[in-house]
Amino acid sequence: MRTRSLFATLAVAGLVASACSSAATPSPAPPTAAPATASPAASASTAASPSAPASPAGPSLPTSIGAGEGELNIVVWDGYAQDGTVEKKYDWVHPFEAATGCKVNAKPGGTSDEMVTLMRQGGGTVYDGVSASGDASNRLIANGDVAPINPDLIPDWKDIAPFLQSPAHNTINGVHYGVSHGWGGNELMYRTDLFKPAPTSWDVVFDPAKAAGYKGKVTDYDSPIYIADAALYLKAHKPDLGITDVYELTQPQLDAAVQLLKDQHQFVGKYWGTFTDNIDFFTNGTTTIGTTWPYQVNFLKGEKVKVEGIVPSEGMTGWADTWMMSAHAKHPNCMYKWMAWMVTPNVQAQVAEAFGESPANPKACDLLDKPGGVGPYALANFCTAYRVNDKAFYDAIAFWKTPQADCGDSRGKTCIDYSVWTQKWTEVRG
Amino acid sequence: MTTRNTGGFFRRVQAGLWRHRVVQLLLLLTPPVGWFGVVYLGSLAILLLSAFWYLDPATSAVRHDFSLQNFQLIASGPVYGDIALRTILVAAVVTLVDILVAFPIAYYMARIASSRVRAILFVLVLLPLWAGYLVKIYAWRIVLAQGGLLEWFLGLFGQAGLNPGLSEPGMVITFCYLWLPYMILPIYAGLERIPPSVLEASADLGGRGWMTFRRVVLPLALPAVAAGSIFTFSLTLGDYVTPQLIANTKFIGNVVFDNQGVANNVPFAAAYALVPIAIMAIYLLGARRLGAFESL
Repeated sequence: MRTRSLFATLAVAGLVASACSSAATPSPAPPTAAPATASPAASASTAASPSAPASPAGPSLPTSIGAGEGELNIVVWDGYAQDGTVEKKYDWVHPFEAATGCKVNAKPGGTSDEMVTLMRQGGGTVYDGVSASGDASNRLIANGDVAPINPDLIPDWKDIAPFLQSPAHNTINGVHYGVSHGWGGNELMYRTDLFKPAPTSWDVVFDPAKAAGYKGKVTDYDSPIYIADAALYLKAHKPDLGITDVYELTQPQLDAAVQLLKDQHQFVGKYWGTFTDNIDFFTNGTTTIGTTWPYQVNFLKGEKVKVEGIVPSEGMTGWADTWMMSAHAKHPNCMYKWMAWMVTPNVQAQVAEAFGESPANPKACDLLDKPGGVGPYALANFCTAYRVNDKAFYDAIAFWKTPQADCGDSRGKTCIDYSVWTQKWTEVRG
Repeated sequence: MTTRNTGGFFRRVQAGLWRHRVVQLLLLLTPPVGWFGVVYLGSLAILLLSAFWYLDPATSAVRHDFSLQNFQLIASGPVYGDIALRTILVAAVVTLVDILVAFPIAYYMARIASSRVRAILFVLVLLPLWAGYLVKIYAWRIVLAQGGLLEWFLGLFGQAGLNPGLSEPGMVITFCYLWLPYMILPIYAGLERIPPSVLEASADLGGRGWMTFRRVVLPLALPAVAAGSIFTFSLTLGDYVTPQLIANTKFIGNVVFDNQGVANNVPFAAAYALVPIAIMAIYLLGARRLGAFESL
């Protein structure tokens, strides 16, 4: 009797232990996610001279790509390395493997923070490269995790949009630490059959007088970084707050944005944390208006859900991603081949269409804009819709970066850092 | 020559250990005590200590100076109290529901079922524990979602509107499912330990079924129920995946995760993590009074 109860205790204890250990990784991988803390050192040195060629950076730059090592391990945003399993037509992994002999192992990262951690595993030798967003890339550069690359080895480099050849988030002092891949904005999505009239501004979710009409049908992105979206609205509608950069907010500016979100809370039906939630809530009409990524808009349209995604008059927040190579990559040749492969027009067209973002290489437009595009998510006049060559539009997007105390301008260290944003977001959510 | 020397050396060590029992004991106990003291309690001590550190607002680096500002922030507004209260409330409801569901099953297994049926039930109770924790939560997402399995099933009776969906009641259901085995097993062990002679004595003294259950079985099983509740309560209290994926609501664990994961505010996360530790300390003291530890 005694032994049996002891056995039961041990069994339960063991099971508890196993349950606890299996609970370790909670974040479901969205295609792209909120930024994480960046090293302040990164932004300090971003005063690049964009025109400078990438010839410096010491002796380590290779002058040719050697034979592939047969394998490639990369950290990617979900959807950046498709092999035809989601949609048959979207497959740029198998052709790459066939052409180079590099077997691709892609590990999806849930957040920028997770990606940085993964890239540092095993002293940077576990993964050869990463599709880093603007908030992760500067941290990786500052910490010496990623290698400078030689753009001469990327044949399609010259075709990349000029404003993406040497952006501050991957080029420091004229040294390139990667190749720009794609970019996009966090749009305003609405159900065309349930939400009328069609919105043109973020006021439908942020102006209490308007949002009250859709009480419970509004949705927000569940992340502290969404405070920037509120700040973007205030930047346009409350100019006396003097918001210049929605990620560099002083205390009164942050307080105003947080207050806006708190006032809005009663109208929000659901906060979505994963892109699948966003899709579900719009499919079944739980929510009918709110922020989204173009990926969800395309997916829902593919499912014949009546939705539309628009760029509101105030502009929007967004992301810009870069393929970067680990400074300690075990398969550098395969990674160079991958970076070169990913900016070829054909692959760029597939990624842009499948993921719903603007390709870095506008040559992809020849394929994207032809009738039927390159696959099932084709969109008529894709490149006009996504403003692929529109530098003014690109400049108007507030690209995700990590809020830091250092405002990065004459205001000095009077801005509020991301840890406080996180606490404020907890207060908004309750 | 060397062989004989080493042999002699080992023999001398052996003899020395035999003579000095204290040294022997020390050698035996150092690894487990070291693990418990340094790794286990040490990390808890660091957690406690770092709760009094704070983030430098200018550099976002952790300042290793004593400060109470984390606790002041927690106490400053209603939000952190609300989140703690919500977590405790859900943990309590889950524990209660699990007791009500687990007791009849455990009673049947311990007292009524044949050994064959009991073995089958054991396998059924333990089987879900072999599946991944995330897999089970995602399975419940599919069951609970609008247009999902549960809605379809309720629809057969014209009650589709009863589906709780991906909401807080749905989360409670998921929790009850996840932790049910941890309640069944201790209660089973507790019920099985009640000697049949006690029940016979009760019957001899004129106690009928319900009377015997209420005045003999239940008091004797109470420590086991308390033991099981430690698991269901603490597991719910510490969970942050189910709230996020099922109801998208904030538990204590979510606040801790948000602050230490992305925001890098480890001191604040540590300070808030002391809340569930305090709750569990109080809970365990109560459970001990009910005799839960003797029943483990």
